[in-house]
Amino acid sequence: MPIMLKVNGQSRPLSLDTRTTLLDALREHLHLTGTKKGCDHGQCGACTVLVNGRRINSCLSLAIMHDGDEITTIEGLGTPDKLHPMQAAFVKHDGYQCGYCTPGQICSAVAVLEEIARGVPSHVQEDLTAAPRATNLEMRERMSGNICRCGAYSNIAEAMAEVAGVAG
Amino acid sequence: MKAFTYERAKDPLAAARAVAGRPGAKFIAGGTNLLDLMKIEVEVPTHLVDVQDLPFDKIEQTPQGGVRIGALVTNTDLAADPRIRRDYAVLSRAIVAGASGQLRNKASTAGNLLQRTRCPYFYDTNMACNKRKPGSGCAAIGGFSRQLGVIGVSKSCIATFPGDMPVALRLLDALVETVDPQGKTRAIPIADFHRLWGDHPEMETVLAPGELITAVTLPAPIGGKHYYEKVRDRASYAFALVSVAAVIQPDGSGRVAFGGVAPKPWRVEAAEALLPQGAAAVTAKAFAGATPSKDNAFKLPLATRALASVIAQSKA
Repeated sequence: MPIMLKVNGQSRPLSLDTRTTLLDALREHLHLTGTKKGCDHGQCGACTVLVNGRRINSCLSLAIMHDGDEITTIEGLGTPDKLHPMQAAFVKHDGYQCGYCTPGQICSAVAVLEEIARGVPSHVQEDLTAAPRATNLEMRERMSGNICRCGAYSNIAEAMAEVAGVAG
Repeated sequence: MKAFTYERAKDPLAAARAVAGRPGAKFIAGGTNLLDLMKIEVEVPTHLVDVQDLPFDKIEQTPQGGVRIGALVTNTDLAADPRIRRDYAVLSRAIVAGASGQLRNKASTAGNLLQRTRCPYFYDTNMACNKRKPGSGCAAIGGFSRQLGVIGVSKSCIATFPGDMPVALRLLDALVETVDPQGKTRAIPIADFHRLWGDHPEMETVLAPGELITAVTLPAPIGGKHYYEKVRDRASYAFALVSVAAVIQPDGSGRVAFGGVAPKPWRVEAAEALLPQGAAAVTAKAFAGATPSKDNAFKLPLATRALASVIAQSKA
């Protein structure tokens, strides 16, 4: 099926089998291999990308369902010469070890801070009607869909705290 | 994944007809559960009807003072809606207790009601499963059943309904609105929406072929303090061993429903009437006739303790 994805600001026409996931379209067809395939079942978060500004598991979505959507991958957030603030903070705080989950962690982390700013509630929020705050507890809960086998969680939370402008 | 054809529906009736008119056709909205199951070939649709463009993405007031939640409203947007957070907090709480941020951004209101069990024997196509393959038997009975059902289950199937959001919807007496391929609409009380497994665990809801969920409506707010207590094997992003949805009024009366224990959100109105007598009285009645296995018998005292915790919080 012919579709058009807007990936990192560029229109990318594709002709795909209906079974192609958004993840496989990005990696295998557009050769954007920053986004990683971990479990391929929505359990690990390595495939997290932003679709129309919202984070999703790209492994659990069909590419053909995203005709016309705007996709942002890790390659679109920043470049080695011009890092996104979250990428810079991950480097500074050593928010990874092997690095495999990192693109998904960073896309998710960027979206988490946007969700907190937008007032999306979380499981650890005591007062549902109050605006959520970027506390360590909140960031840990909101990042629970991103697994890090190396266990870099505490440093990831510190990187997020720096970008959020709160003390880690 | 098996091959399938695909169309993007332009209106609800066309969507309903497209599914009703083709054996093996299915609706797809967020797709987070369906695609997961298609990858392991537990679900093998031959045609997908994508409903994402249908006009069901709003949350509106109803003339009766309640709210009407469009079938395509995402879990994230529903939990974040100011009216839901203020007047139906148990619903927001249940939603954010489930899945992950990424999944809640895709998962729809209707899809959540239709999610399949997470019984490991249903997922493993090498195992006997009456739900996946009617008549093949149930490998879960006598197998590893720690996560599985303790009440409302049958000799054919001991799986649970896995969701959190519908437990809160059951507590709030929601109605599930649908349209069928003939254009006929109906509103199904949530209590009647999910079936008990009986001899036909492959039949999970009362929906007819091609019948499409359009919205979920909630009656006017009932006040009280709202709780969703979820007990699970890790602190976040895991299915419930036991969950308790409750609304407790200042006089100690209220409503209680349980998740993670049965084929459907488990609410026994005669049991919740005993709330002023304490948690043990409620669960003794709500779980009368329970048939737990050795592996999951712990769920019964766990339900009592989770409810006791909620009652204690309501008095604090």
